[in-house]
Amino acid sequence: MPDRPDLLPRLGAFARLLHDAGVEAGPRRLTDATRALTFVDLKMEPDFRNALRAVFVSRKDDIATFEAAFDIFWAPPNPHAAAGVIPGRGRSLPLSPERALAWSNALGLNSSQLNRQQDTNVVPETSSGYSAQELLRQKDFDAMTWQETEQVRRLLEQAPWRVAERRTRRLRAARSGSIDLRRTARHAIRSSGELVRLFRRRPRLRRRPLVLVCDVSGSMERYSRLLMIFAHAISRREDLEAFVFSTRLTRITRLLRHRDLDRALASVSKGVHDFSGGTRIGDALADFNRRWARRVLGHGAVVIIVSDGWDRGDPSQLTAELIHLRRSAHRLIWLNPLLGSKGYEPLTRGMVAALPYCDDFLAAHNVQALDDLGQLLAGLDRRSARR
Amino acid sequence: MTAPASIDDVERRLRERRYIGDRGLATSIFLALKLEKPLFIEGEAGVGKTEAAKVMADVLGARLIRLQCYEGIDLAHAVYEWNYPRQLLHIRLMGEGEDRRTAEREIFSSDFLLRRPLLDAIDNDDPTPPVLLIDEIDRSDEEFEAFLLELLSDFQVSIPEIGTIKAKHAPFVVITSNRTREVHDALKRRCLYHWIDYPDLEKEVEIVRARAPEAAESLAREVAALVQGLRSMELYKVPGVAETLDWARSLAALGATRIDAALVDATLGAALKYQEDLERIREQVPAMVEKARGA
Repeated sequence: MPDRPDLLPRLGAFARLLHDAGVEAGPRRLTDATRALTFVDLKMEPDFRNALRAVFVSRKDDIATFEAAFDIFWAPPNPHAAAGVIPGRGRSLPLSPERALAWSNALGLNSSQLNRQQDTNVVPETSSGYSAQELLRQKDFDAMTWQETEQVRRLLEQAPWRVAERRTRRLRAARSGSIDLRRTARHAIRSSGELVRLFRRRPRLRRRPLVLVCDVSGSMERYSRLLMIFAHAISRREDLEAFVFSTRLTRITRLLRHRDLDRALASVSKGVHDFSGGTRIGDALADFNRRWARRVLGHGAVVIIVSDGWDRGDPSQLTAELIHLRRSAHRLIWLNPLLGSKGYEPLTRGMVAALPYCDDFLAAHNVQALDDLGQLLAGLDRRSARR
Repeated sequence: MTAPASIDDVERRLRERRYIGDRGLATSIFLALKLEKPLFIEGEAGVGKTEAAKVMADVLGARLIRLQCYEGIDLAHAVYEWNYPRQLLHIRLMGEGEDRRTAEREIFSSDFLLRRPLLDAIDNDDPTPPVLLIDEIDRSDEEFEAFLLELLSDFQVSIPEIGTIKAKHAPFVVITSNRTREVHDALKRRCLYHWIDYPDLEKEVEIVRARAPEAAESLAREVAALVQGLRSMELYKVPGVAETLDWARSLAALGATRIDAALVDATLGAALKYQEDLERIREQVPAMVEKARGA
């Protein structure tokens, strides 16, 4: 536990550690932390920890990082401790390798105690046979030539469509619509209570959010890069939540945030560990429905699933999850790159199970197909879906 | 009532009011009071976020002012609105000769003001500053968040016809969110943060005992164990503590002091709110009951 004299500088260093690990810990928070600590008994480790957590953390996702940083930073320094002895060794901090090295030197730890790189190489347990060799390759997207990439990106960035708007519950002044009592009365008061003029208002419009759930398993390999470019292009102008799955579901919304396409793609390929693995669509959607649906499907969202439907999972599970998903989305669109090839019929088990529950079934094998999707999105109804 | 003097004091007072929270929550509350910052509480549905604010009002001996957020909530619903019908009537009833200036001043006075929760929280004569609960902020939209940000930084509201109204004493603000969307960082940055997790078995038993005293100890324990089991299963909607309490109360109302498969099957709807979840779990009821009875 800290003792008083060097508490402030140590607190500053702790804030920098949090900052390096991606938790916002600016001067304002540091000031708050300093003030907060004057109200707790510093000898009580749990209170000290709780106080710092209340100040520095502001979202659930940061709690684990905070706990790991706290354990490493405020634990008594012991360079000779064997792995697993220092409390919190099980948790790791998302630090870049250089930063991790600097911190482990500063804190007298051995660098493996800080660096997260190590756990990306751990092969996760798999429960079923067909994807037992879940391919944890940190794959580069290099299927397309540089020129092609550039062309596609430009085409997608310039695509003339925007996602359709929906009516919100917020009202704004308008020429027609229902009567705006507030403004009408205001005006009437000025004319001694005569209703000289009626003011009106109508719902404000907002673009619908898009949720993209992309299959990046082995069979989709040829399209993955193109789809990620597509996702990046629309994330630049629409309200987009993006997920990819092969054997498990990964949210890539934040990874796509880089303005620069190449950096965004690099962070996606770094953050997603099962590119070109096996496919379990049902599992991925089950995970989506339970963990994410409530958080990303508000406000009349449109869900787009991109997959060829090659699924080794249980078709009845896929059906059940799609039914659920469809109920919480404004519209459920399935894109299948194979639909573009001549003579293709959606006969794979997954596709057969999925088709009856999707509102639309479209191709996604080239830019033209993605443009068709754009037209569809631009033409969606403003009202909520009736089913 | 005096303000809590220490974290222990907060913990004790919460407990006296039958709110079983963890030390972390008590610490956050204590610091929020001391630093005069809003407390932002997140957690899954039914873990006791709103209840925490209600109990805090009681702990402080303050009035609870609650603002329930929803999509499209605006200043007219959250802060103030002029009572237009009354104003119109008043102006029509006035004599011809009266001065228009005076008349306007009259109808734009506080007599004609409809005070909504946020104005009430800032402008009141309460002996103890009230507890302002801004409930489920994730349901409101960005415009409203931006307004709150302003309000929470200086606790003042300006009404053009009246002027700026500033709080004499800042209210104790509790904001809750179910995380149906991510609330903007700028707003969270002004607050202290606490995530309420599901309680462990022992704590949940304690909560049931405190909140649903009509349930026998054996029943409380078995229901809590059942719910703990349900939380580890893949469900669309995981039952919260509120569901545990409902369930314990329902079973107690049926006169049960222990659970059995038939009772659980009949009352499963108290815990599970999705048809798919109900169907899936129904088959496993006997096994789950057996396990919970052994807990």
